[in-house]
Amino acid sequence: MQYLVSVITDHPGLATPAEQAAIDEFNDRLVADGHWVFAGGLGGPDTATTLDNRGAEPLLTDGPFVESKEFIIGFWIIEAADLDVALRLAADGSRACNRKVEVRPFL
Amino acid sequence: MTDAITRAYRAEWARVVAALTRRFGDLDIAEEAAAEAFATAVERWPADGVPPNPGGWLTITATRRAIDRLRRESRRDDKQKEAQLMYAVEPPDETGVVDDERLRLIFTCCHPALAPETRVALTLRMVGGLTVSEIARAFLVQETAMGQRITRAKAKIKTARIPYRVPAAADLPARVSGVLSVLFLVFNEGYLATGPDTDPIRHDLTAEAIRLTRLIRALLPADGEVAGLLALMLMTEARGTARVTAGGELVPLGEQDRGAWDRALIAEGHRLVRERLAAGVAPGRYQILAAINAVHTSAPDVGATDWSQVVALYDQLVRLDPSPIVALNRAVAVAELDGPEVALAIIDRLTERLAGYHAFHATRAEFLRRLGRVQHSRAAYDKAIELAGNTAETTYLTRRRDQLAA
Repeated sequence: MQYLVSVITDHPGLATPAEQAAIDEFNDRLVADGHWVFAGGLGGPDTATTLDNRGAEPLLTDGPFVESKEFIIGFWIIEAADLDVALRLAADGSRACNRKVEVRPFL
Repeated sequence: MTDAITRAYRAEWARVVAALTRRFGDLDIAEEAAAEAFATAVERWPADGVPPNPGGWLTITATRRAIDRLRRESRRDDKQKEAQLMYAVEPPDETGVVDDERLRLIFTCCHPALAPETRVALTLRMVGGLTVSEIARAFLVQETAMGQRITRAKAKIKTARIPYRVPAAADLPARVSGVLSVLFLVFNEGYLATGPDTDPIRHDLTAEAIRLTRLIRALLPADGEVAGLLALMLMTEARGTARVTAGGELVPLGEQDRGAWDRALIAEGHRLVRERLAAGVAPGRYQILAAINAVHTSAPDVGATDWSQVVALYDQLVRLDPSPIVALNRAVAVAELDGPEVALAIIDRLTERLAGYHAFHATRAEFLRRLGRVQHSRAAYDKAIELAGNTAETTYLTRRRDQLAA
């Protein structure tokens, strides 16, 4: 069972050196315990391009699909037996990156 | 026959749902198959007779229905259902501390990833066996909205894979407090059932809440709040029969026949309260409420009640829980100690927050009656009657109002 753990923030700044060190340590532990699938940081909403190609030709919009005060700035994809395990890992991840996270199951 | 089916429903519903959830790993399938099994019982038992082991019969019938449904669906959607059948035959998970299927069910229904109001609704449906319409009435929401809330919760449990088990020892204390608040609400719904067609006291719900709380106490014997909640429920349940007249009218604490109280339940509640006092740990909310009940149930008649002790305990509770409902209950004790005028001044400050709560208006009506302010009292009774959902309470309030001097 895989879960997407999205990192939520309201400022697009990079992680501080202390946060980065904690994230590295958390990632190492995910790998060691067999929970690691993938992870990455993202550019802020200003760097997003929204595209809709359901019509005659692709329609491009500069910016995210929805403007909001908070946005996703990174994510983990983790392997976990059930939601309890995923939530426990997400709690450690939130502590490490010093930001709020959202947990969602892959179907 | 109807009685036999009703009894089986109350005794076996949660067990059948729990057994099927364990087997099929899916609350929706378990609930639907359980409901079908009971519908089959309604058809068959009058002709065939009640089976010697009604619970076993119901579980087997429900299991067959669930397998039929899975087969039907697997022809439609092979890949997904194949996975589900595999999940269904996984060996039982033995990490749980207490082996009671219903306890697993309740921990799943009370999972912190579900919204609090959803936990209560799901527990009442899956563990308590209430219909969606009964739950909707208890929460004063539309039946369709309640149905959707429960459906969404079942889908989330399945899709996000909320586990079906008693949590590991490290997670237990945090998870238990969530379960206690749900059990307290289930007990209260049984003790003051809502709805015009409902018995004023649903002993099936109060008994189920007590039974589940006992199970949790077996799991966590040193937890003060578990002991407190159990004591509170026992001393409340003990007064159940004295609380409603044969004619279905509510009898307030002060007017109850104390000889009709269940002494064994009260003694057990008192033992638990003494055990917590001896522990010497600062009490939580349920332990304080239990102590208040111990004061009431220790008095041979209402005149002998130690009201200063009751007010002192409420003062302690207000510091933990500054809710207006606690303040309202405290005012009832203050009225006995310092008189209705002082108490009325206290509750008048709660008007804005409690305007939609029947007990606020009923309490106000009572204070105003004692102060001889008949017109105001009548208006407050009218408002309380309009808002009260419990049949016995409505009858009592109506009589009190009609007794007011013209």
